[in-house]
Amino acid sequence: MIQIQLKHVDMAFHGRTIFQDINLDIAKGEVMVIIGPSGSGKSTILRLIIGLLKPTAGEIWVNGEEISTYSENKMNKIRQHMGMVFQYSALFDSMSVGENVAFGLRQHTDHTEEEIARVVRRKLRMVGLTGQENAMPNELSGGQKKRVSLARAIALDPEIVLYDEPTAGLDPIMSNTIDRLIASTRRRLGNTAIVVTHHMSSAFDIADRIAMLYEGRIIEVGTVDEIRNSANPIVQQFIYGRKKTGKVEERGLELL
Amino acid sequence: MLIAMLEAFGRRALQLFETTGQIVILFVQTLQQIRRLNIRRTILQMSHLGVDSLPIVLLTILFTGMVLTLQTAHEFIKYGAQSSVGGVVAIAMGRELSPVLSGVVIAGRVGAAITAEIGSMKVTEQIDALRVMATDPIAYLVVPRLVACVFMVPVLVVFADAIGVVGGYLVATLYAGISSFSYLHSISVFSEVNDVTGGLIKSMFFGGIVAIVGCYKGLTTAAGAEGVGRATTESVVLSIILIFISNYFLSLILYR
Repeated sequence: MIQIQLKHVDMAFHGRTIFQDINLDIAKGEVMVIIGPSGSGKSTILRLIIGLLKPTAGEIWVNGEEISTYSENKMNKIRQHMGMVFQYSALFDSMSVGENVAFGLRQHTDHTEEEIARVVRRKLRMVGLTGQENAMPNELSGGQKKRVSLARAIALDPEIVLYDEPTAGLDPIMSNTIDRLIASTRRRLGNTAIVVTHHMSSAFDIADRIAMLYEGRIIEVGTVDEIRNSANPIVQQFIYGRKKTGKVEERGLELL
Repeated sequence: MLIAMLEAFGRRALQLFETTGQIVILFVQTLQQIRRLNIRRTILQMSHLGVDSLPIVLLTILFTGMVLTLQTAHEFIKYGAQSSVGGVVAIAMGRELSPVLSGVVIAGRVGAAITAEIGSMKVTEQIDALRVMATDPIAYLVVPRLVACVFMVPVLVVFADAIGVVGGYLVATLYAGISSFSYLHSISVFSEVNDVTGGLIKSMFFGGIVAIVGCYKGLTTAAGAEGVGRATTESVVLSIILIFISNYFLSLILYR
């Protein structure tokens, strides 16, 4: 079943076209990874899906509703079923880790403080940060912040979780931990996940399908194997960081 | 040359009108959200923005009352009008000096703090995180600050009025040789309740200006740490300008 659909979406900022005629279907429960070079508009796709930005043209469907023209109030009802992990975590720095994770619960549920504390404890355990409720965000490392951000995003058990560059700026071990968390979260919650990344190892590890965005268009969508074996030279160059030219391999990313 | 100057002037004028319009829109949006007022957050802001500002407001107005008495007593004694000093000080403090100078101090301390805090939240995507978690930033951030400022600035001005008159009393009796009875008697003869209430009404407007301008500049902050610094400066400058301009018109209406 299709849960998210982008139909002929155009996006421009101050007259500069970011992308044109984007079409993408994302099925319920699927992990869709969007790859592409920096500045290609990957994060913009996430922001369109969660309504932080409005498209210049086209339609965006989430759970059978066309949201591109929704007001902030109407959009808030949709957002209660979504969570997002930001590139730089975007934790509320005036609140403790526990308060960050509890934020959505306090805003949108009638849970008692006891119930909230229980959910916070459970979510922090899921991301491997048991007992860190009282730590402040500025006391955490980049990887820990990302994990708190994930715990906060899944506090309300959302149907859809969006990840904006979840492994950017992290060491390979922590990147791998985050990848495993994305996979285990999906297993436990059965949520749909859309992950924007330019780390190919992450993409191959967690994706059901991969879409590649290049120069304002989606040039390829397919399963991990289909993308690995893509005949498109741009996809190949992005995956392997070099251009395949017969027997000789040129290093570098000339095309990108 | 002349055309270029006119163009620059026109551009600045348009910019000013645009900013004013956007601030008015934010104010209207804030009023629309006022039913979602969170009492706990508002009390926190009242403490942070109001109570914490008391020492600096008292210090400023104490010395203002003292210097005002120093200058008036000297001249009034020359013309044998020393029995009017208390009344003049009380009226000047109640109608103009306490509300305006408190407003300016609040713009510097509170307006800057509001813009810096919300501006930092904006550039670190915390405002987006609020929206993603289906929380309206205006209801969550602007409403408590506006309500806190509108109610707390008059409270500060009550204390400021009192300390200003006390400062005047000290200088009048200890330095200028005016008798205690003469100073206090002239206050009761010359000043009316309206002198104080008018000042308090004005200070509610000043509190509103500081909060709305502070929030507006914070929410429209762009371009990283430098942007936060620029927005904070602009917020203080614009608040102070608007306080002085609105003070003239409010005085015109209130003391006709």
